[in-house]
Amino acid sequence: MSAAQINRREFLETAGVAGAGLVIGFHLPATGRGRAAAAAPFAPNAWLRIGADESVLVVVDRSEMGQGVTTSLPMLLAEELEADWSKIRIESAPADKAYINPMFGMQGTGGSTSVRAAFTPLRKAGAAAREMLVGAAADTWGVDKSTCRAEQGAVIHTPSNRRLTYGTLAAKAATVPLPHDVPLKDPKDWKILGTRVKRLDSPSKVDGSAVFGIDVKAPGLLVAVVARSPVFGGKVKSFDADKAKSVPGVKHVVQISSGVAVVADGYWSAKKGRDALAVTWDEGPTGGVSSASISQLFAQLAGQAGAVARHDGDAQGALPGAAAKLDAVYELPYLAHATMEPMNCTAHVRPDGVDIWAPTQFQTGAQGVGAGIGGVALEKVKVHTTYLGGGFGRRFELDFIKEALETSKATDAPVKVIWSREDDIRNAQYRPACLHRMQAGLDATGQPVAWTHRIVAPSIMARVFPDTVKNGLDGEAVEGGVDMPYSVPNVHVDYSLADTGIPVGFWRSVNNSYNGFVVETFIDELASAAKKDPYEYRRDLLGKAPRHLGALNLAASKAGWGTPLPAGRSRGIAVYKSFDSYVAEVAEVSLGSDGTPRVHRVVCAVDCGPVVNPDIVEAQMQSAIVYGLTGALWGEITIDKGRVQQSNFHDYRMLRLAEMPVVEVHIVPSSDTQGGVGEPGTPPIAPAVCNALFALTGKRIRKLPIGKIA
Amino acid sequence: MPPISFTVNGKRETVNVTPDTPLLWVLRDTLGLTGTKFGCGIAQCGACTVHLDGVATRTCVLPVSAVAGKRVTTIEGLSKNRAHAVQRAWIAEDVPQCGYCQSGQIMAAAALLAKNPHPTDADIDATMTNICRCGTYQRIRAAIHRAAQGA
Repeated sequence: MSAAQINRREFLETAGVAGAGLVIGFHLPATGRGRAAAAAPFAPNAWLRIGADESVLVVVDRSEMGQGVTTSLPMLLAEELEADWSKIRIESAPADKAYINPMFGMQGTGGSTSVRAAFTPLRKAGAAAREMLVGAAADTWGVDKSTCRAEQGAVIHTPSNRRLTYGTLAAKAATVPLPHDVPLKDPKDWKILGTRVKRLDSPSKVDGSAVFGIDVKAPGLLVAVVARSPVFGGKVKSFDADKAKSVPGVKHVVQISSGVAVVADGYWSAKKGRDALAVTWDEGPTGGVSSASISQLFAQLAGQAGAVARHDGDAQGALPGAAAKLDAVYELPYLAHATMEPMNCTAHVRPDGVDIWAPTQFQTGAQGVGAGIGGVALEKVKVHTTYLGGGFGRRFELDFIKEALETSKATDAPVKVIWSREDDIRNAQYRPACLHRMQAGLDATGQPVAWTHRIVAPSIMARVFPDTVKNGLDGEAVEGGVDMPYSVPNVHVDYSLADTGIPVGFWRSVNNSYNGFVVETFIDELASAAKKDPYEYRRDLLGKAPRHLGALNLAASKAGWGTPLPAGRSRGIAVYKSFDSYVAEVAEVSLGSDGTPRVHRVVCAVDCGPVVNPDIVEAQMQSAIVYGLTGALWGEITIDKGRVQQSNFHDYRMLRLAEMPVVEVHIVPSSDTQGGVGEPGTPPIAPAVCNALFALTGKRIRKLPIGKIA
Repeated sequence: MPPISFTVNGKRETVNVTPDTPLLWVLRDTLGLTGTKFGCGIAQCGACTVHLDGVATRTCVLPVSAVAGKRVTTIEGLSKNRAHAVQRAWIAEDVPQCGYCQSGQIMAAAALLAKNPHPTDADIDATMTNICRCGTYQRIRAAIHRAAQGA
């Protein structure tokens, strides 16, 4: 969620959060110290506890939602600590200033920032702790520190080969003054970083013991299911709770700000109670909105100038004289996240404090709403982050957390709010639907002389951080469009904010998911108009974008670009930068007899700078490709009378194993600026597939989802 | 509500719940076995898969009354200490990402291998219809083949 990156400076200024001071967090959190903390004699910083029993506990301050942070972040610390990897244990961090994400200025996980933001701080934390352990050993032996070395969880006095383990040294190390500016290891000396370390969370995820939010248990815990307005923005006018209360197991029926909560002894009773509830809604102004009316609004706005995001040269002036002109409209739908674990949160609001157990990406936000709704000071709000059964940006929202807090407060009991899948599909903050008007002019040799891109889209930032939208321009909404990498002398990009009443939010790769599709399909249109090979055409225009080019070349080479394919198959290519990583993908497709596209193989090349765990990078590329491909093939949330028409997996289709292409991931060796890996694999897949289908059928796909090719 | 009895992970259980309660919620809310997951409530995603008398079964739409006298195995009862070949293969391939669907995937895969010890890719395609939103399918396939070799 690069949204928050943009917002960081502003947040730091207004809230006075000392993000810059977090280079190394050498203090204990004020709240919720690790469970092992009391027993750990050596706790030199917010992330590390070494016990006398040799345990090395790493407090992981990012939410594990599948992207591997409970492995990759401990790897950073363990490398410099010279820890014995088999001794590493993990614990999730409480909400605390010590754990603020330095790329956000808030404690949260998103924007493919976790490893990038922690890369230096966690290594420094490990290095400083190692130096303290070495100092403690040298002091114990009465030798010079320089004659000692750290290795596999122990300090060794090299001349005498004496050895003391970290557990033995822990208590004494705690008395050693904190060193500053300990040099970090040269990457060529890395033992853990850059290797395929097995995930620490796998064992608990194969025997059912991993605790997700929905699995939280507490004495006296009640379960709530909430009736929400069928129309976005609607309010409760009145409700009749009699029938709901007559359902066995139902304990309370209470109105909360999002609707009416039915609280019972378990999910099934609560859901039956909700089904029996009669609510009259004041639907509000969105009741008249439909997908057709939204398309009309987009088309109308596309005919007007938008807020200028980029203006190089004179694109409008250059277009009329171009040898060839292209003019195209692209449309993309709303998309829901559909995390496998439906939204849920457990809260206990008491007069003296609040506990929140949540699968959340946003601890600072959770703590804030806990304090607000609980009426207690921030430090009285404890946030316990569970495993997240998928995040994809949906769990950066606070709606499900507020519901649990309000329901707990109203019933004076610990309450777990559980959403059904229908609740999840119909009450999300969707990837914005949008329309793009693209124009380009080519000279007689096929080289582009002008490129214009008008983006008409609802604004996520206008909902989340309205102050960041200035003069009608949402700088996030144009990301990837405004900085399209191809060398064109005259470029104009503008943006029209379309306010539809349908809430929009952060969806894996956010606005890159639509701008990536549009830019990478339109450049393919240019190549076709220029009668050039789409790979070679891109390559020739990427002279000022070496990392795009490197990824593009590697993907093309590994995919065998230009080599023959079996009859009925074709290839398409796309390259796109997001979250500071550069990803190129080549898709191989065919078409079934009924017009159903089939993606057989995807070759992916990624340049994400220094790699912490190549196995996780590969997994994230595979994952991001499936996520983007699912949306491209079938994903579509449509609106009628202000209501979402889809409800569950039967009408909001997910890719399944039989439809999975073979995905090959190749990493570009790079010591350049580090990028994220959770999201950047998503944007290139839709255009790569659509470009392959064009190569196969000659039919250009400018509207998603692809569906069937007529 | 007459009590309903059945066997869960080798242990006889008797529950007093409304008979239309899906087995999923009896496992999770009544018996505290939260390894079996809720994903869709309409038997589409398979996150709630258990073995019912040895057969992979989606429990979110299965009334507990239909289970009386039967034998249920959940992910918690698949093996001791993750010893089942499928579990070992899942760890070896580092299949899980978020992990939420994996209990159901593993139960489906274990049932497949019990019936068909050396499944082809086509067999896996036909049988493994559970949804994984993290897209771990490629590794699921690899892990099933690995498990077939004894993991």
